[in-house]
Formats: sequence, C-alpha cells, structure tokens
Amino acid sequence: MTQAADSQDAGWIQEVLREHGEQVSGEQPAAQGRQAAGDAGQSGERAGPAGHIRRGSPQPLPGTVREELVLERIDRARRSRPRVREDRVTMSHGAGGKASQTLIEAVFLDAFRNPLLAPLEDAAQLHFNGSRVALTTDSYVVSPLFFPGGDIGDLAVNGTVNDLSMAGAVPLYLSAGFILEEGFPVADLTRIVASMRAAADVAGVQVVTGDTKVVERGKADGCYINTAGIGVIERDVMLGVARARPGDVIIVSGPIGDHGVTIMLARGELDIEADVVSDTAPLNELVGGLLAKTAGVRALRDATRGGVATILNEIAAAAGVGVLVSEDDIPVRAQVRGAAELLGIDPMYVACEGRLVAVVDSAQADTALAAIRAHPQGGQAAIIGQIRAEQPGIVQLKTAFGGTRIVDVLVGDPLPRIC
Amino acid sequence: MRFVDEFRDAGKAHALAAKIADLCEPGRQYQLMEVCGGHTHTIYKHGLEDYLPEQVTLVHGPGCPVCVIPMGRVDDAMALAAQPDVIMTSFGDMMRVPGSNGSFFDAKARGTDIRMVYSPLDSLKIARQNPDKRIVFMAIGFETTAPSTAMTVLRAAAQGLTNFSIFCNHVTIIPAIKAILDSPDLRLDGFIGPGHVSTVIGCRPYEFIAGDYGKPVVVAGFEPLDILQSIYMLMLQLSRRESTVQNQYSRVVPWDGNAVALRAIGQTMELRPYFEWRGLGFISHSALKVRSEYAAFDAELLFSVPGVRVADPKACQCGEVLKGVLKPWECKVFGTACTPETPIGTCMVSPEGACAAYYNYGRLTRSRVREASRS
Amino acid sequence: MCLGIPGEVIGFLPGQPDLARVDVSGVRRVINVGLLADDPPEPGEWVLIHVGFALSRIDEDEAAAALAFLAGIGQAYEDELAALQESRIE
Repeated sequence: MTQAADSQDAGWIQEVLREHGEQVSGEQPAAQGRQAAGDAGQSGERAGPAGHIRRGSPQPLPGTVREELVLERIDRARRSRPRVREDRVTMSHGAGGKASQTLIEAVFLDAFRNPLLAPLEDAAQLHFNGSRVALTTDSYVVSPLFFPGGDIGDLAVNGTVNDLSMAGAVPLYLSAGFILEEGFPVADLTRIVASMRAAADVAGVQVVTGDTKVVERGKADGCYINTAGIGVIERDVMLGVARARPGDVIIVSGPIGDHGVTIMLARGELDIEADVVSDTAPLNELVGGLLAKTAGVRALRDATRGGVATILNEIAAAAGVGVLVSEDDIPVRAQVRGAAELLGIDPMYVACEGRLVAVVDSAQADTALAAIRAHPQGGQAAIIGQIRAEQPGIVQLKTAFGGTRIVDVLVGDPLPRIC
Repeated sequence: MRFVDEFRDAGKAHALAAKIADLCEPGRQYQLMEVCGGHTHTIYKHGLEDYLPEQVTLVHGPGCPVCVIPMGRVDDAMALAAQPDVIMTSFGDMMRVPGSNGSFFDAKARGTDIRMVYSPLDSLKIARQNPDKRIVFMAIGFETTAPSTAMTVLRAAAQGLTNFSIFCNHVTIIPAIKAILDSPDLRLDGFIGPGHVSTVIGCRPYEFIAGDYGKPVVVAGFEPLDILQSIYMLMLQLSRRESTVQNQYSRVVPWDGNAVALRAIGQTMELRPYFEWRGLGFISHSALKVRSEYAAFDAELLFSVPGVRVADPKACQCGEVLKGVLKPWECKVFGTACTPETPIGTCMVSPEGACAAYYNYGRLTRSRVREASRS
Repeated sequence: MCLGIPGEVIGFLPGQPDLARVDVSGVRRVINVGLLADDPPEPGEWVLIHVGFALSRIDEDEAAAALAFLAGIGQAYEDELAALQESRIE
C-alpha cells in the first residue's frame, strides 16, 4: 500500500489516492470513480471497452489488411474534389494552408476555370503579340502597418515584384489600389507611399496607375493595399512546380521565418523583445542572376504565407513527387528559432517576404547555389533537400535527431494577418 | 539553445537505441504509454519511433487537457463569449475544439470577441484596457497550468480588478491515469510519466502505479534524448522485474514538486465531485473549480451558463483509443467522418492526439525508414 | 499545452520582484517568477518557462549529470563499435 502524497497542499491528489487506497484494500468497488451522475448510458462509456466492435460486426479482417484499407481511404479522401464545408469565411481561409487552397479550388477556380489560371503559380504566364508576359496581383492587410525592417508599403511593392520574378519575368509596371479607413493619418499614408517609391526604385519598377477608396471608421484597419504587376519573360524559361522531377535539388535563398516572427512580436501582445526584422526585399535581381547562369531551374516560389512547408507541399502535389528535406540544412536564425520555440510554432510554416525556394536540376545544383549566394539577398542560401519518386505527394523531413516526420499541409492559422 | 540542443544530439540516440534493443526479451512485445501530449508531440516531431525496435510500441495517452473537454463545456464557453460585453481570452490550442455549433474559431468568424493569449496574465492587461467589458479567461490544462491560473486570480484580486473572471476547466492527471489502469483491457508495461505536471505535483503521486499496479514509471523530459533515456530506464526496470518511480527529468522536476504552486492552487481552487471527460466518461474528483472565497472571479457564478450536457457522438470511440485498446485506424469513423479538419472526438482534435498524429504520419512510422542508422 | 522552455534570467523589473526578464536564444520576455517565491532565481540562473510563468528552476548539476550519463553511454557505444571494427580487420 503506497503512501499518499505527503505534501499537505496537494489536497486534490490526496483525495484521489485515498479513494484508490480504499479501493485496493477492498472497501469500495473498482468502478466507483467512473459512475456517472445518472446518465452512464449516454456517456462515452460502454460495458466492455472493446466489446461493441465485435457485437454484430462481420468477421474482422486481419489487422494489416484493415490498416491498409483505412490508409487507402484517407488517400482517396485527400484526392477528392475540394468542397468548402463552412458557410462563413474564417481566418484559416487566409492562412495560405489547406483551407485557403480549398477555397481557391472550390470557389474561384470553379467559377473562373481556364487553362491560364489552372497552374495557380505565383503569376499567370500569358502570350501577347509574340511576347511572354507575366501578370500577378496581391493584397496587403498586414497588422501592424509599420514594423522592424519595413512597412506595408515595402511589402506591397516587393511582394508583387517577387511574384513576377518567380515566373522568370523582369518586373516592369505596378498598379496600386488603396482602401483607407476614415481617420487614417495622412502622415502615415505619406510614409507608406514613400516606402513604396523607394522600394520601386530599388526594384526598377514604376507605379503607373492606381485607385483610392475610403471606408468608414472601423473598417480597413487603417490601410489596405492591392498591387498588381506585369513583367516580360525575356528568357526561354518555363518555370512551374509541376516540372519538378526526382533527383532535383531544393534550394532556399536564406534564413526562414524572419518576417512572420517580426510581425508577431511587433503586435506587442506578447511582450517579447528580439532583434528580428522583416526580410522584405525584392528578389528580381537575384533571380535574374540565377537564370542567367543556369538553365536548370525548374521552378521558383517565394515563401510567403504558410512558409516553406506550404511550398514544399505544393511542389509535391503539383508534380506528384516526394520531397525529402533535412532539418540540419534549413537556415533559421537563432532568435527566430527561440521565438518560435517560445510560442510553440514551427518556423517551416512561418511567412517570409524576401526568400525563395528553387527547384533545380541536380547537375546544375552547385552553379545555381553559387549564383544565388553571389547576390546580397542570397548570402545564406542552402540546399535543403531533394525531390524523389518515393512517397509521391508527401513532404518528409529528416530531423536533426535522425528520425523522420511528415511536414503536412498547414491546417488552421497560426499567425493571422502576416502580410 | 542551452538545455535543449544537448538533449537532441543524434549521436547519443543510437547508443540508447542499441541498449533498448538489447533489453528486449526474445518474443516479448512491450507497450509503453506516454501520458502527456507534449511527449506525443516530441515523439512525432523528431521521428523517435524510428529508433525503437519492433518489439517496443508507444501508446499515446490522454494527456491533452484541451481534447478532453466535453462538448457541453465548449458550448458553455461559447455561450459566455457570445454575451455582448464579454471578451473571452483563450490559449491557441482551444480555438479548434468542436462544440455543438462549431469551435471558437467559427464563433470568431461570426463576430464573437475571442482573443488568443499566450499567458493568462495577458487577460489582466486586456481587462485593464477595457474597463467597460468583462473579460473571461478560458482556463484549461492539467496541474502544469493550474498554478498560472491561480496566480493570475490572486494577482487580479490584489489589483482589485472587478471585470475579470475565469471559466475553470482544469483537470487533474492522477484520475486520468487511474482510469486507464482500471480499464479491463489494459495492456501496458510501463509509463513515460508527465514531465511538466510533475514539476508541480512532484513524483510521489505516481507511486501507487508502481506499487499497486506493478507498472514502472519514469518521469521524462521533452527532448528526444530525454524520452529515449526514459524508455531505456523503463526497459531496464522491466528486465529486472522492478517497478518503481524514477525521475529522468531531474534537472527540472523536483521530487517533492513546487510547494508555492500547490499552495496557490489550493488557495484558489478545489475539487469538483466529478467531471466529464470527453471520450472517458465521468471521473470523480478529477477536475477543479474556483473556491467560494474567490467567487468574484468565477465565471460560472457571475454569468448564467447553459450547463447542458451534450453526449459524445455515438460513433466516437476515443475512449478505447485513449486507453490503448484500439488503434486509431480501428475506429469506425477514423479518416471518414472524423478527420483533422472535421474532428469528432478528442483524439483527432489536437495535433498531439493519437488519431491526428496517425492520420498525418501513420503510413511512415510503420515503414520504419532506417536512414538514421545509415548516418 | 505542456510547452515549457528553458530561459536564462537576466534581470528583474525595478520595484517588481515578481517579474523577471528572461532570455531564450536572444529573445527576451518578461515573465512572472511568483511560483519560485520560496527560493527566487538570480540573474544568470535558468528557469523553465510556461505560459508566462517560471515553473521551476533548472538544476545545472542535474543537467550536467544527465549529459554525462548520455555521454557515457555514447562513449561505451562508440568503444564497442570501434572494437567491432577492429575485430573485422583481422
């Protein structure tokens, strides 16, 4: 008979252990603790825990066969036609993960269906009078508007410049639409627009058209911006995640998670201080340098909402290949890692705003890596893994510890209103 | 990161794995349960099962205090949050737990003011900043988190806050473990004991498991080497036919627990006569409520709460999965009606739940990729 | 939910002995150390942080002992492997 906890403060534990003691010495029936207050029949309990699965069931199949059937059933469910279950939009629909994808496929793709939209790359690739043109759009709803490393204006220009770059296009012209909240300080607007001008100059683009709307106090949270951009695809490149093939390597252009963590901390709700700044930056020059040095690039994606993990899953799904990356090889700043551990989030799913993921022919891996590293934005680029034929559609991570785990599609919304 | 990285050193893992394999008696299967959701998370995050021999299986226990909150209580919380002058604060894990009318997340989409916080103390800040609102903190967790809630209530009292209260759903770990031990279909050889709960309650409360049920218990840390070492220590006890409580996490867990924390809980909370656990039914003396001396901070008294009991869906077999009797894929609704996006029961609600983990990772853990051993 | 992370105490808020600033890998946050009131931590000591509170002090001796055990096992393993290799060469 073991002794009850002798800390007299843990009364609730002593109580339970005393009951247990009485039970063990036979004074009370074993199921005492589980008698319901009058509705045992309705609760999750059953007479014998496994009894009911045998009652009335057909002859059970051997364990391994049944397990295979269930796994197949899950696979079929994953491949089935997307359908939006909710009747209202939730924050998950904006997170860049599974819910976003389902909304896009079930609502937008369904309505707009056409072959130019279908690839769902960062920019649409169009033919125009003999030229190849890329077109993209993005809306910026980041909160707070101003944060270490930049502001909504920087994001609005760099984000769209980057989407064009991912198609291999030279970005040329942007439009800028503003939705402003009544009461928003003009000084803040001026500051934001100045950032946009500076960012546009660095990227070599011009804002050539725009629009302004004002909504009542309480809407638009200060300022929302939409930018659309066009660029010309001068080179003979056809970039797209569906082109990934087994053997290809995966390169990330720098440390991940900087932007998302910066935003989380900048919200000031968490009382955390750290020297992290947003990585917002235009990548067109870096991409230009890369494409000039090698023809072996299959796909480029910039890692925004949903992080690197989301892109890896998009590659696996679009190309029907497996992805294997190594945790040791993925660059993450110590502070980003510390903040992520503190908050219980995985840097793989955290947004960046100045990083790209490249899928490259393995024969060209070293050349591509050197080309990216040659640019200031790519100084810490690294090969993080490869494409393979096994386990198609699945992204696996070899952990620093040596085991493996799956990096699944993002479900839910860890960090809302990041960009 | 200090005290973290050293316990993630892969080199040492092989040594431990070899020792664990050495201790397996030929032909014998070993089932070890880790009680705590945080341990389940570490095991999957680092792919730990790849290091274990075929003979050793880990069974994932009911240590996810979020998942075991029954639908009726979630509905009560949503009813509280829906009141016009209420701001509800909650940990992130709670946001997707389904009630009868969706989750907190869905309620937020409908306009209810529910805010995610990292610490219960953040609720006090919100209360001070919104004097015309009433702030209700959704208090959940085992004894790990109860002290923090208790300290928050004490702080609120000291600051004379009149617009703050808690909706107390703290549950206690010992009755949950006992419910598993008392299950007639139990097939467990030992327990990987909860790590952070033990920093509060100490290791002594587990002695009845080793003494009266003959199952060894090793209180484990949360890094992969901690868990591997704990499994090694369990296997050593089993090989020597021993059955005691050991503390592998001694760098953090004091054998006697944290007296200040226990006092804070004891001062502000007391046992409910019984509480319903999703998937496990009613368990007596398994949950805490606010003491009458702190009634001013008890949301259940300040507000009227529906208090309607909602039965677990009939199809839900979480109880058996939690006890290690059924494997996730053996549950009739697994993968069809019950998925991580549309969870029915507790095992699927949390990413640490056995079913959610299996849904996402199951295929691979079975195939035992041995890349680690090649390095 | 069981999320606890080690952090180093770097100082206290002036006039608030209950509130300490901790550092986790360069990230700093103020936490409540009231649960360690019986034996408050000093700057330079490490604590376990959980939802904004220090739950426990990290005992550096115990940590060192744990690592020594692991190193010992690791060394024994490596010695064995080495012995295995040598015997193959013969």
